[in-house]
Amino acid sequence: MKAAVIVFPGSNREGDMARALEQATGQKPAMLWHADHELPAGTDLVVLPGGFSYGDYLRCGAIAGRATIMDAVRAHAARGGLVLGVCNGFQILCESGLLPGLLMRNANLRFVCKMQHLRVERNDTAFTRHYAKGQVIEVCIAHGEGNYEADDATIARLEGEGLVAFRYCAADGALGGDANPNGSRNDIAGIYSEKRNVLGLMPHPENLIDPLVGGIDGRALFESLASAA
Amino acid sequence: MKARVVVTLKNGVLDPQGKAIEGALKSLGVEGVESVRQGKVFDVEVTGADAAAAKAQLTAACEKLLANTVIENYQIDV
Repeated sequence: MKAAVIVFPGSNREGDMARALEQATGQKPAMLWHADHELPAGTDLVVLPGGFSYGDYLRCGAIAGRATIMDAVRAHAARGGLVLGVCNGFQILCESGLLPGLLMRNANLRFVCKMQHLRVERNDTAFTRHYAKGQVIEVCIAHGEGNYEADDATIARLEGEGLVAFRYCAADGALGGDANPNGSRNDIAGIYSEKRNVLGLMPHPENLIDPLVGGIDGRALFESLASAA
Repeated sequence: MKARVVVTLKNGVLDPQGKAIEGALKSLGVEGVESVRQGKVFDVEVTGADAAAAKAQLTAACEKLLANTVIENYQIDV
């Protein structure tokens, strides 16, 4: 598994992401700059980390979504290559057109930073095979604009084609009410592209890989990716 | 040549910031406010003197970056 992490001006979770990838794959990922033109030969996985690319100016992820390196990321995804975007990375995937819809300001207008339960909607993808279907995991969220929104036709397509990856839920897996931290449509925390090779999610699995910080529920995502290529 | 681009949320798109401003105006006692929607204004200095060309360039700018046409409309005044 050869991974590459793209660093934008204002990214701040690239170190955590690199550590999670190295722990799972045994290899340090390549760190690429937003102005680079190419991915290293043989790259299996491209990761867009969390942070505040370009200071969230204009719209979250809007400027990063049009950065030079994104043409190479789009080509990689079109070839079936794996792409993971977490938090600001998810916002960048939506703004770049790699995933539909977009992330709006949290419905309650507050920045939310807390532990959050998620339900794994399917475990037959490159990202989730080390989880169980329907498993409830606990990871952390830290975002002000994680309110997933798309038009009704897009939501119906995502649901109909099984492209919802994770939903916000309570500890017992129940959906709705206070278990939804930001007002996302259908409690959506993460979605796949049509071919399920691109995943965007708001929570931070890369921060829950070490028992020292209170949990390791994020590990299985990186172990799934390590065994996928 | 000066131009102004105004980007606004489409009707029906939830605007929590507009709602918060609307609530604040009401609590300040400002009367007659039915509802508030927040948008963005870009003042752009365009090279050349051809208004039609400028409008075409700014349309491209809106489609490529300034507006997310999933949720936003834009209006260009040259």
